[in-house]
Formats: sequence, structure tokens, C-alpha cells
Amino acid sequence: MNTSDMVAQSSLPGPHADSDERMRRENLVSRLLGRPEFASLAGVILVFLVFGLTAGDSGMFNLDGVVNWMQVAAYLGIIAVAACLLMIGGEFDLSIGSMIGLAGMMVAIPTVYFGWPFWLAVLFAFAASMGLGWLNGYLVMKTRLPSFIVTLAFLFILRGLTLALSILFANRTIVSGVGERAAHDWLGQLLFSGNVGAGLFSWLARHGWIATVADGTPLVTGIPKVILWWAVVALAASFVLARTRLGNWIFAVGGDAVAAKNMGVPVRKVKIGLFVFTAFCACLFAVLQVGDFGSAAADRGLQKEFEAIIAAVIGGALLTGGYGSVIGACFGALIFGVVQIGITYTNLSSDWFRVFLGVMLLVAVLFNNFVRRRITEAK
Amino acid sequence: MMQRLGRKGLLAAFSAMALLAAATPSPSVAANERFVLISHAPDSDSWWNTIKNAIKQAGEDFDVSVDYRNPSNGDLADMARLVEQAAARNYNGVVVSIADFSVLKKPIEMVVAKNIPVITINSGTQQQSEQLGALMHVGQPEYDAGYGAGQKAKAAGIKSFLCVNHYATNPSSFERCRGFAEAIGADYKKSTLDTGIDPNAVESKVSAYLRNNPGTQAVLALGPDSAVPSLRALQKMGLKSKIWFATFDLSEEIANGIKDGSVQFAIDQQPYLQGYIPVAILALSRQLKTNDVAVLQDKLKGNAKFQARLAEYGLAPIYGPRHISSGPGYITRDNLDKVLKYAGQYR
Repeated sequence: MNTSDMVAQSSLPGPHADSDERMRRENLVSRLLGRPEFASLAGVILVFLVFGLTAGDSGMFNLDGVVNWMQVAAYLGIIAVAACLLMIGGEFDLSIGSMIGLAGMMVAIPTVYFGWPFWLAVLFAFAASMGLGWLNGYLVMKTRLPSFIVTLAFLFILRGLTLALSILFANRTIVSGVGERAAHDWLGQLLFSGNVGAGLFSWLARHGWIATVADGTPLVTGIPKVILWWAVVALAASFVLARTRLGNWIFAVGGDAVAAKNMGVPVRKVKIGLFVFTAFCACLFAVLQVGDFGSAAADRGLQKEFEAIIAAVIGGALLTGGYGSVIGACFGALIFGVVQIGITYTNLSSDWFRVFLGVMLLVAVLFNNFVRRRITEAK
Repeated sequence: MMQRLGRKGLLAAFSAMALLAAATPSPSVAANERFVLISHAPDSDSWWNTIKNAIKQAGEDFDVSVDYRNPSNGDLADMARLVEQAAARNYNGVVVSIADFSVLKKPIEMVVAKNIPVITINSGTQQQSEQLGALMHVGQPEYDAGYGAGQKAKAAGIKSFLCVNHYATNPSSFERCRGFAEAIGADYKKSTLDTGIDPNAVESKVSAYLRNNPGTQAVLALGPDSAVPSLRALQKMGLKSKIWFATFDLSEEIANGIKDGSVQFAIDQQPYLQGYIPVAILALSRQLKTNDVAVLQDKLKGNAKFQARLAEYGLAPIYGPRHISSGPGYITRDNLDKVLKYAGQYR
């Protein structure tokens, strides 16, 4: 899992730290500090401490409370992983939130208005989203414009398309009635709607280990699928980044695209692939949300791109590319979820949530920079 | 040098955080009963201020503490999470607007399953409220309110209109337009404009519509967020007081419009009651350990503090067998003064 300082060091001969014992002892501390996810890990610990002290007995850490904020973190985590990979690859996607809105509609409208089976609508949404992701990436590579500009355009284009198409086909901006269809569809049942582990939870409830409602059914009937999806996406992305050639390529194209190209890395393919993956994650977010709430709306996913970027940055990713950590981004998403929901367990007014978020972002970035400078100066 | 700068920056950021934590106003002393009101409004929606004031005053009158929660961006998915959160926190009672029945069904049922009493307010219907297992609904039936306003327009000879809808993400908003359209016999889909809440966008969309449809006789705005920019658009086009104009809800600008005759009337759902009554009923229900709505309504009617508030702000709820309607009431020139005194605060 050593994802840091790979690229920074790639042009230098690697120091053989193993050859000297004294070096190794020093390295243990500095290696921990040098990890990109260190600040976010510290942040997670801090946030849990704060809420453990201020909201410890409020129900926030009961099973239903945990499932509640874990879901917030999981939804964000899925797109934060994608945003993080893309940022490591040196690019940026501001159209994630709009893609969520559009993808949700691409699932809901065919299902409700065209009579498509749910699984077909889901496949269509994934195909179309990934196609748009490819277009995003293709335009960035073709025009040589900063991805910030291209995807900013797509932020508006996709949001506008969502509104216009939903009015055109459905004559409304919120399409309900997908939930039932998703729950009775083989693909929806298998992957997107409902919970996992119902048997285990009712067994726990029978033994009185978890809370139940009046008729004996457990209060929490299972683990929401979104949490498992988050784990799958995060683990897969971490594995690719740390253990595969593609992972090295992602670091390389983000660190120095020209040098990477000269070394024979397929820069275009890697970057376009990252945009496609980002669109895939946005669509996954949307499909899960539609399965969860049974409806799609034209304003779903508003500002989610910024939340995803914030999570990735708190997790140690650099805006300039070539540096970052998927696990860090997941910690960032976790901080986000815990603070957003946790603030409503304390007596603080939730009006202050955004202020805290902004300050936390600044602190995390300053901390990351500070630590990184210390490490590089020490070497 | 660089290092020191880094340290200074860190120190500054940390102290900023500490200052923030210190500067955040500490809440009032927690009473033993804790209720929460969850709305669907984004942070920028000014209309809910009245309800925030109402729950504060109801909390003082009945010695309970009430939290206000809302999704910052108005995203109903976030609102559903807030309702689940309220269940997890084990509040003594939950007040929630039924912004979208299918989205909120599961979370509200979770609250009911934990034996936490629920009162629904504002959006949604009385039938939906009963289906969810809530004690009662405190609101204004949307279609009826639109239809009532439409009948007044019909009496004035109106046959065509524009419905300025600033919150189209909420399906019940269209019911208001539909009610009005059916009362005057117009096609509501052709007459409805989805504007969003950005005031500049509302203004320019309204002027564009009126330029494209010069025969439009009337404008119905669905709230201050659409009414104020619409009025500005009419003024710039020289149509103010020439087009029959009515709006839902009240703000200071709308009150001024009623005064100078450019606004016929405001349909008032008396939001103060949507905040105050649910908190009062929940508090009484905990006090008397009963969920019998008839008993609770009687107790509420006999409550001196509540009656004092009604008299002070000139409010009148409409009591039904189970549900309480907070509106519709019409604000015209005749009763404006009393309302004006409290516009945007308690009315």
C-alpha cells in the first residue's frame, strides 16, 4: 500500500533503507508522517473524539445512528474515490454532481415512462454515463484545455440536459415510483436496492443483542448496499493504485505527463479511462440513490463534485496531480459524513456545518503541506 | 523560513477553528423534552424564518426544546437522512414536512416504528399524513388554496394566467397552479414556469414569458422567492398594477404591493401555526400521556398562552376532526396593518 513518494522518487535511484538499521528506526515515524493519508487519519480520530465527547450518549453511536451517517459517508466515498484517482492522474472533474442527476433520470424515466425493465434502464444509464465520461476525457485531451474548464462546461450542460429531458419526457422534475420496480427486479435486488445480511440481523435481534421495534423486527434490518459498494470501489481502486502497472501509470501521468509519455505510458488512454471511471462512480451513486429513495430528481447531486474534491484533498491529494491516496479520500468522506450528521446530534446549529467544513479543509491542507515539507526537507 | 510560515499558518488555522467553536452561539438550556422540526427548505429560503420563530416561542411557552433541521441544498435525499437521524437520536417527537411522499415514506416509518410521535406539516396531504401513521397534519391543502385564489380571479374576469413556480422540485407546487388553472378554465401546463430560486433568473424568465405571451391577464406567484422578482419584472415592463397579481405567502415587499394596489391579495397559510401547533400538541401529548387528538385539540384551544399568541398576531387556525388547517387565509388591504406589523417574523 505504499502509494506515496513513488513518483517523486521514480527518477532517482531508490535509497536502500534496509541496509542500515538506524535509518529504518527513523524511517518508521517519518514514513507514517509521510503518508498522504496521515492528516485525514488524524482528522478522523479527532472528529470521533470530539463527537464521542459531545454526542456520545445521544444515539449517534447506536446501530441505527451509525448506519445513518455511514450511508452519508458511503455515498460520498464512492465519488471521492473516483475524484481522488482522477486528481492523482492530474485531472479534475466538476461534472460529477450533474452526472449524478442525469444518471438518476436515465434510470427513472425509462423505467417509469417507457416501461423498460429496471435492469435494462440501469445498463443504459451506465453505458450513457460512461460514454459522457469518455467524451469529457476525449475533449480534455483533444483540446488541451484544462479539465477544469471542460468539465465546468459539462457541469452546466449535464444539469441542463437533466432538467430539459425530464420535462420533455416526463413533464416533471421529480420522477417517483422506481423503488418498487427496483426491489422486484433481479439486478436491482441483487446489487442496488435494500440491505444485506437480513438473516444475521434478525438472528441478532432474536438474541436481544441489537435494538428491535415493537413487533420484534430489528430496528436496522441489514447493512445498506451502498456501504458495501463503497468498500468494493475503495479496495479495488487501492489495489490498482498500489499493486498494478496501471496504478504506476496513474501516478506517472499526474506527476509529469510529458515524461510519462516519453517513457511509453499511454497517457491519453489512462486519462480518458479515469474520466470514464469517474462517470461510472457517479452513475453508481445515482443508481443506488434511486434504489434507496425510489425516485430521481433534477436537482440530485447538487454540489457533490465539490464535496468529492474536498474529501480527496483532505485525504492528501494534490491539485497538481501525481500525489494522493484512495484510503485518504475515504477518510475524508468519513469525516464529511460524521461531521455533517454529527453536528445535528450536538446542540450546535447546523447552520455552522459549512463553516466548519471550510475551516477543516484549510487546516487539513495546511497540515498536509506542513508535514510534506518537513519530510522532504529532512531527506 | 518556509517552515516557520507553515507553522504560523497552521497556528492561525487552528486558532480560527477554536475561535469558531467559541463564537458559535450556545443553545438555550435544554429542557427535558426534546423535539425536532425537519423542513425541506434550502438554507436560502427566507419563508421558513417564521416557523423557526414559532417553534422557539412554542418551546418557551411549553418549556420544551426544539431543534430545526433542513437539507442545506434542499436535496430531499439529504432530508431523508435527517429524518433517519432524528429516529436514531430518539427525540420525544418529530415534526416533518411531507415534501415527497415516496422519498420520506421509509424514514418516517422508521420514526413511527420507534414509537416516536410524528406530526406532519406544510407540504403533503392529510391522507398521506394518516398513511404514514402521523398524529395529525398541520398545513394548507395545496389544490384548495390554488382553487380558492382562482375563484377570486374568475370573479375579476381573469381567463389566462402565468404561474411562477420557484420550487418545481416539490411536486405539490404544481397542485397550486393546477387548482388556480382549473378554477379559471386555463391549461395549467402551458401557464406554468419553472424558474428556480435565483432572483435574477426568475425575473428574466418572467419577462421573457410575458413578452412571448402578451395576452396574459394574471400572474400567480408561489411565494416571496418568486413574487418579489416577478413584481420587479412587471415594474420594468411597465405592467405593474395593469396585470392582476396574486401570490402565496407574505413578505415585506408583498405587503407593500398590497398597500399600493399592485398585488390583489396574498394567500396566507399562516406558517406560524405550522411551527407552533405541532410543538404544542406534542408537548401536551407528552404531558397528558395521550395520543387522543380530540383531547389534545381541546387542551390546545383552552391553553391561555396559545390564545395569547393568536390574539397578538391575529391568527386563526381551522380545526378539523383530526387535522388542523393553518390556511388558506387571504391578506388584503383590510387586514394588512396587523399582518404588516409582524411580516416575515410571525406572519
